[in-house]
Order: sequence, then C-alpha cells, then structure tokens
Amino acid sequence: MDQTVRAGHDGADTVIAVDDLRMTYGTVEVLRGVSFAARRGEVIALLGPNGAGKTTTIEILEGFRLRSAGAVSVLGVDPANGTEDWRARLGIVLQSWRDHGRWRVRDLLAHFGEYYAPFASPQQKRPRDADELIAMVGLAEHAGKKIATLSGGQRRRLDVAIGLIGRPDLLFLDEPTTGFDPAARTGFHEVVQRLAGEESTTILLTTHDLAEAEKLASRILILAGGRIVADGSAAELSRRVSGQTEVRWTRAGEAFRHATPDATRFVRDLFAEHGDAIADLEVRRATLEDTYLTIVRQHDEGGEAAAVDAFEGAA
Amino acid sequence: MSAASHAVRLGLKRGWIEFSQSLKASQDIGFNIFMAGGVLLYLFFNRNETIEGSDLLLPALVVPGILGGLVAFSLILGPAFQIAIEREDGTLLRAKAIPHGMVGYVIGQVVLHTLGILPLFVIILLPSLFLFDGATPGDFAGWLTLVAVLAVGVLATMPWGLMLGSVARGPRGVSTWGMLPVIGLLVISGVFYPITAMAGWLQVIAQIFPVYWLGLGMRSAFLPDEAAAIEIGESWRTLETFGVLGVWAVIGLALAPIVLRRMARRESGSAVEARRQQALQRVG
Repeated sequence: MDQTVRAGHDGADTVIAVDDLRMTYGTVEVLRGVSFAARRGEVIALLGPNGAGKTTTIEILEGFRLRSAGAVSVLGVDPANGTEDWRARLGIVLQSWRDHGRWRVRDLLAHFGEYYAPFASPQQKRPRDADELIAMVGLAEHAGKKIATLSGGQRRRLDVAIGLIGRPDLLFLDEPTTGFDPAARTGFHEVVQRLAGEESTTILLTTHDLAEAEKLASRILILAGGRIVADGSAAELSRRVSGQTEVRWTRAGEAFRHATPDATRFVRDLFAEHGDAIADLEVRRATLEDTYLTIVRQHDEGGEAAAVDAFEGAA
Repeated sequence: MSAASHAVRLGLKRGWIEFSQSLKASQDIGFNIFMAGGVLLYLFFNRNETIEGSDLLLPALVVPGILGGLVAFSLILGPAFQIAIEREDGTLLRAKAIPHGMVGYVIGQVVLHTLGILPLFVIILLPSLFLFDGATPGDFAGWLTLVAVLAVGVLATMPWGLMLGSVARGPRGVSTWGMLPVIGLLVISGVFYPITAMAGWLQVIAQIFPVYWLGLGMRSAFLPDEAAAIEIGESWRTLETFGVLGVWAVIGLALAPIVLRRMARRESGSAVEARRQQALQRVG
C-alpha cells in the first residue's frame, strides 16, 4: 500500500499508530489531538466518560468515519483508504445490533465466515470453524436457534463470535460485555486472554467495567475532553495518580495502616523488624476505579492541563 | 476466484436463504394471504362484470393488470422498506464490517425480492385458473411474453426501490416518499379498470411511469389480440412497453450503484445509534 502512514511510534510490530488525531463536527471539537500506538498482541482498554470520543476514535480506526486531521495507520494502512483486503484482517464488534432475527446462529456465523475464505493464507486459516467458535463463546446449545429468540447476553456473544469468525489480526470491541451474566463475562475474558496470548491478536476495547479493563488490558488509555489523559498499565496509572499504596496489618491484636510510595520496601522492613508478629497483611494499591475517577475529576475541575500534568509530573 | 465474485455468489446464496426464511415467516405468509385474498375477493365479486366496449369479463382484464401492479409494488417498496429498516437495525453496518459484505448484501436483496413476488403470483394465478375464464395466458407465446415483461419490469423497478431505501430517513420516509406515490400510480395506471376511463392528463402522467407499462405488458401476455381494442391507441404497443420500461431500467441501473455506495459510505455505528434513538422517540 503506498497510502501507508508513518505515524510517530513506528516499528515492525506496530498495529495501530495514531498521531494528533482530530475530529470536528461542525464547530464542536470531539477529538483534540489524540496520539497512541498499539503493538501486536497488546490488549488496550479505552476508557472515558460518555461523550469523550471513544466511539468516534474507534470508528475512525475501523474506517467507518473520516477524520478531520491527524495521521492514522491501522495494520500499516490509512483506514480512510482501507481496501477489502485490509478489512478482512479486522474484527469489529459494535455497540448495538438487532439484526438478522430470522437467521439461525450457526447459519449466520457460517455465512459471514465464507466471505473471509478468499483472504486465507497458509499461516492464517480463514474463516474459523463456526462450531468451534460457537462453543468458545458458550452458545453451543443455542446454535440452532433463531437469533430473534436469543437473550441480550446471548446475542452479544454471537456479536463477539461474528467479530472473530474471520480470524482477525486486530479486533475492535465496543462495550463487548454489556448484558453478560458473571459466568458469560468470565468466559468472555478467557476468550480475550486466549486470543491475545496464543494468537497474538491485537485488541482494542472500550468498556465501562473498570474491573474488566484492569483484568484484560495490558494497557489502559483514558480519553477525556478529546485527548488521551492517561496511558499505562493499571498499576502504573494508580502509582502516578496517588503515588501511595496502602499497607494494612495487625500486630498483637492491634490494627495498623500506613500509606507509602514503596510498599515492597516498607513490608520488607516491617518483617525485618517484627517478623512473625505481623498478621493479616494487606497491600492495597488504589483500584483502577479510584484512579479513573480521580483522573476524570481532575480533568473536569482543572481542564485537561491539570490531568495531563498529574501524569507527566509523576511519570 | 476473486473475492468480489466470491461475494456475489455468497449474495445469491444469502438471497436464497432469506427467501426460504420468508416462506416460513408468519408475517410474510400473512401479508401474501392478505394481499392475494383481497385481490381474489375483488375478482370473485366482479366475475360476471363485462368491460365496456368489449366482451371481456373483468377478471380477464384485471388479473394481468394486478400482477403487473404487484411487481411494481413489491419491487419498489419491498427493498425500500427492508433497506430502511436494516439501516436502522444494524444489518447494513454488519455487512460493511465484512470484506465485500455490501456486495453480498445488495445481491441478496435483489434475489430475495425477485423471488419474493413468486408466492403472490402463484396464490393469485392458481385459483384464477379454476375460478375465472381467460385469466391466464392463452398460449406459449403468451407465457414467453409474461416472462419477458417480468424480467424487464424487475429491472425497471427494483433499482428505484434500492435507491429509495438508501436515501429515505427510516421506514417512515419510505411510507411517505414511496408507498403513497406507488399507490397513487396504481390507482391511475389502469390496473383495476381500463385507463381510458381516466381523465386525459392523468393518462399522460401514468404513461411516464413503469406501473402502467407493466400492466399493459402483462395484459398483452394474457389476453387475445382483439382485447387491445380497449387500450390507448387500440394496440398493445409492445415496442413502447419495452422502450419505457427499458429507459427506467437503464437510468435506475446507472444511478443505483452511485446512490448505494454513497449510503454505504455514510453508515457508521453512531449513525445507526442516532437512528435507533430517533426510532425509540417515535415509539415513546
């Protein structure tokens, strides 16, 4: 492709590269200079309040929406000029579908799978086996059912299966687990971890479930006010925001708590001093939820400058 | 095998699957029975009515006219409503997310709605064979004409249905900009009674559009040559029939890919979501 964009963070393993992406609807600036990159096999969670521009960002990367400015490269191609060969390497799970109610689960999945057959290569078998995939997302007993009769959560799992049928190199998941029960959610998390681990699928997901983001994502991006205001692992983000980890323990029946920037050293010293007298030890880093809320609040109060400073200062 | 021609084949298969689904769907069966039942009742109660200026019975004249009208009705409004609905429910976006999925989708629509007129044809024609005299083509040439008129009629109408569904603002838009005009044309196009009973200026308007010519072409297939006496110009005007339908087909086929591509380009998750919100507001 001669349309390849070289956007900032470059490298052979770079799957997504976004540099100073801007999007304006009329006079409203939705994205005001978004930059980030994703490497092969990374799972990235894109978080942010409603209206922060998450869906707009994903739609630009998917080639469904034309950006106003900035450089974007997805699998080495500018999505604005993405061909069908390029599209065959993407898997897309959007927010809401209510389609194909008359089709049966297995029929629809197999039908969509067939579109990917011409894009197979010896290294990349396409499509995936429909029945295996149905089992993988936990729909085996519903394979022969009409889609209109599925529950919301079952339908969502079918959406995920359709996103995976072409064995994508890059998977976009926009709020994939809405309507999942806890068992389905755990099953879905296993699927994502397996894809990223065994098949090196790169995954970009949005979610409002921060525990999910923490569990799945190797990196978390927080989008607020049209900019990325945080980029790092859950642990990194929490360190940068609070700078403190809370350690709790009991000694001789008495409870203690202490906040420290270096919990490991503190605990080592604690044991050196008191040894077996220490019980009920807990090391509690700020959860992603605490971190997220702090960042979004900082952003709302002080404008994005304060939030960005909070990170860059601590980094 | 190119991926695009592969997608065309998948579209044919998709159309066939959706046609089979439609044969079993109670909603579609109900619609067909309702339409055919209405037509057959109208014919039955007027079975002994003769047409002024000829010795033809009303069913003989009206069965082909109505079949022609149904082609226009089904092939303009069928795809238009379905595309408008499926832009709302995310079917089109799903197709867009798949390599060459839009090609498969559009071919699927063409196959589905072309085959979709067959059940109605069968349940109107079969009883007519037994109930009414002369309400089916009299000879082999007549059947050939029927197939030829059908073929060019499908091409003259379907692209406009596809385009209407692509530009309409939801199913409501199709009702306003598609359903009302098509019903209007059916009324003035001599489908239910000879067009010569209409005011002259209405006859002129009717002859611009494909509905009248579809009806005329079907009558030329079904009726004996003498019956042309009650038509405009006392002739079947075969050349004009294929000419006018052909012009609609050529223009439609030239424009449809442009309009469909433009629609496809604009589909996005947020567009679907916005339409969904609008639809919810209408209900609420």
